[in-house]
Amino acid sequence: MNPLLLIIVPLVGAALAAFWPDNRTRPWFLPAVGLVHVVMTFWLFINPPIVTPDAWLGFDPLARAVLPAVSLLFLVSAVYGVSYLRIRSERPNRVFVAVLLAILGLLSAGHQARHLGLLWITTEAVTLAAVPLLHFNNTPRAFEATWKYLLVGGTGIALSLLGSFCLGYASLHGGGVGDLTFTSLTAQGAGLSHPWVLTAWVLLLVGYGTKMGLAPMHTWKPDAYGEAPGIVGAILAGGVTTVAFTAILRVRSVVAAAGAGPIADRTLLVIGLFSMLVAALFLLGTRDYKRMLAYSSVEHMGILCIGAALGTAGAAAALFHVWSNSLTKGSLFLSAGNIRRAAGSPLMDDVRGMAVLTPRSAALFVAGMFAVTACPPFGPFFSELQVVRASLTAWHGVATAIFLTCLLLAFFGLTRVIFGIVDGRPHPTTKANSKNFVETIGVLAPPFVLLGLSLWLGLFTPAILREAWLAAVAQLFPTP
Amino acid sequence: MSGTLNLLIGLAMGMNLLALGSSRLPALIRAMSIQGMLLGVMPLLMEHERLDWRVVLVALATIGGKGILIPGLLRRATRAANIEREIEPFIGFIPSLLLGAGGTIAAVALARALPLLPEHVGTLLVPGSLASILTGFILLIGRAKAIAQVCGYLILENGIYLFGLLLIHSTPLLVESGILLDVTVGVFIIGIIVDRIQRAFDSLDTRKLTTLRE
Repeated sequence: MNPLLLIIVPLVGAALAAFWPDNRTRPWFLPAVGLVHVVMTFWLFINPPIVTPDAWLGFDPLARAVLPAVSLLFLVSAVYGVSYLRIRSERPNRVFVAVLLAILGLLSAGHQARHLGLLWITTEAVTLAAVPLLHFNNTPRAFEATWKYLLVGGTGIALSLLGSFCLGYASLHGGGVGDLTFTSLTAQGAGLSHPWVLTAWVLLLVGYGTKMGLAPMHTWKPDAYGEAPGIVGAILAGGVTTVAFTAILRVRSVVAAAGAGPIADRTLLVIGLFSMLVAALFLLGTRDYKRMLAYSSVEHMGILCIGAALGTAGAAAALFHVWSNSLTKGSLFLSAGNIRRAAGSPLMDDVRGMAVLTPRSAALFVAGMFAVTACPPFGPFFSELQVVRASLTAWHGVATAIFLTCLLLAFFGLTRVIFGIVDGRPHPTTKANSKNFVETIGVLAPPFVLLGLSLWLGLFTPAILREAWLAAVAQLFPTP
Repeated sequence: MSGTLNLLIGLAMGMNLLALGSSRLPALIRAMSIQGMLLGVMPLLMEHERLDWRVVLVALATIGGKGILIPGLLRRATRAANIEREIEPFIGFIPSLLLGAGGTIAAVALARALPLLPEHVGTLLVPGSLASILTGFILLIGRAKAIAQVCGYLILENGIYLFGLLLIHSTPLLVESGILLDVTVGVFIIGIIVDRIQRAFDSLDTRKLTTLRE
C-alpha cells in the first residue's frame, strides 16, 4: 500500500467535510476517517514498505515508531468528538471538523517528511491549521490565547526556517549541493561546515522546541490548552508535539553525523531538565486544572528531550514515552474536558466535589493523574524508568537526581489541584451547572479506552512495538 | 550584478530603520511593503545566465504577496477597525532606532565572523538578513498595537527570506513556493484573528490581553 494514502485520505475527508451540508451528521467524518487511517497505519506498521533513501516522503522506521500512536489517539479523540460536538450543537462545526481532519493529514506528512524544507512546510501548516480549533469557544479569553499562540508559535516556526536554511548553507559551504533531504545531509556528515551546523542546531532546537513547548519557549501552551476544548488539547499535546519531537530527533542525527553529537546531547539534556523544572514549579502554583495539564505536557516534553540526549537506550525510552505520554495525556484532557463542561469553570477555587457531580469522569481523571505521574503499572512508569536507567548507565548522577525531584514536585502539584476539585462538597452554582451535563457513554468510553491502552502498554508492551522503536533508533544512530 | 543587489539590500536595510522610526501605522505598513517589493526583485538579479521561468514566477509572487496583497490586507484592517493611527510603543522611537542601528552594525560584524562561500563574500545578504530579523524582533516586542506587531513579524520573515536567497540555486523552487504560500496563509489567519480581537475587546491594543496568566 502506498503510504501517501495516509496523507491523502484525511485531506480528502477534510474537503468532503467542508462541503457537507448537515451540521448534525458532519462530525461522523471524524471517526470514519480516523478508523481508515488507523487501519492503514497499522497495516503499514506490520508490513513496513521499503523506503528509497532519497525520497522526500516515506514511511521510514522513525515514522513507523511514532505515527501509529498519533493515529490511535486521533481515532479515540474523534469518537469523543462526535459526542462533544453533539453537546455543542449550537456552534457551527464545519471548520472544526474539516480542520481536525486536515491536521491528521498534515501530521502524517510531517512524520513521514524526510526533507528539511518539507518538514518545515508541514509543521507550519499544522500550526496555522490549529488556529480555528483554539478559538472554537469564541470567547475573548480564547482570542487572547490564540493571539499569543500565533505570535509565539509563528516566531518559533520562523526561527526553525532560518535554522533549516543554515543547515542547507552548511551543506553548500562544505562543498555539497545543498540537498536538504536528511539522508544526503547525514551522508555528507563531517563535510558539513561546522559553524553553520552549530548555528542551525541552536535555531532548529529553539524553533521546533517552541512547537513542542519546551521551557522557556512554552508560554503559549498554558493559554492555548487552557482555552481550547479538551479534544483539541488531546490532539495538540499527543499529536502535534510529537511531530516537532521527531523533527528534533532527525536534526540531531544530522548534527551528530557532522561530529557535534556531544554538544547536541548536552543542550538537549539541559533544555529537558530546565523544562521539567519550570513545569514542576508552575504545577505547584497553578490554580487552573486545564492549564495544569499544559504544564504537565511541558514536563513530559522535557522527559522526551532528556531521553533523546542519552544515546541509543535513552532514545528508545523516549520513543516508548511518546506512546505512553500521548495515550495518557489524551485520556486526561478528555476527562478534564468533561469536568470543565459540568463545572462551568476551570479554576480550582470555584470547583469542588466533582466526585459527587460527575463520579465517572472524576474517577477517570484521578486514575489518569496516577498514570501520568508515573505510578505503576501504567505506561509512563515503565518509559520513565527506562529513561532513568539510561541516564544512570551514562553516569549522569546529578541529572537523574534533578529528574526524580522534578517528578516528585510535579506529583505534588498535580495531586494538589486534582484532589482539590474532586473532593469536598460541591458549590451550589456548580451543582446547578452540572445538571446540563450528562455523563453518557460517548464522553466516558474514549478517555477510558485511552487509559486502558496506557495500562496495556505498561503491562504487556508488544514485542513488535519494541522492535519498531529499536529500528527507529538504528535509523537515528547509524553504526559506522 | 552584485553591486545592484547590494544596493537593493542596502535600501531594504534602510526600510528597517524607517519602520523602527515610524510613529504612524500607514508609514510602517508602507516601509514594510517597499521592503517586500525590493526582496521580490532580488532573485531576478541573482540569476547568472538565462532567466528561469520558475524564478520569475517566485519573484512575481513575492512582489505580489509581500509588496501588494499583505500590506493591502493590513491597510484594510486598519481602516475597518477604525483604530487611531498612532503607534503606541513600549520601546520609544529613538531607543528603537538606536537599537536598530546598533543591531545593523552588529549584524555586519557577526556576518564577518561566519564562513561564507566565495560568491557570497561581497554581498550584504547575511548582514541584511540578520538586521531585518533583529528589527522584526524589536517591533514584535516594542509595539502595543496588534497590526504593528504583525508588521514586525513580516519584517522578521523578510529577513529569513533574504537568508534563503543564499540557497536559491540549490533548493528546489517547490520548497520556496511552499514557504511563500505558508507565509501568506499565515498572514491571512493573523488578519482574521486581529479582526476577532477587535470585535471581542473593542480595541487592538495588546496591552488589554492580560487575562491569561499565572
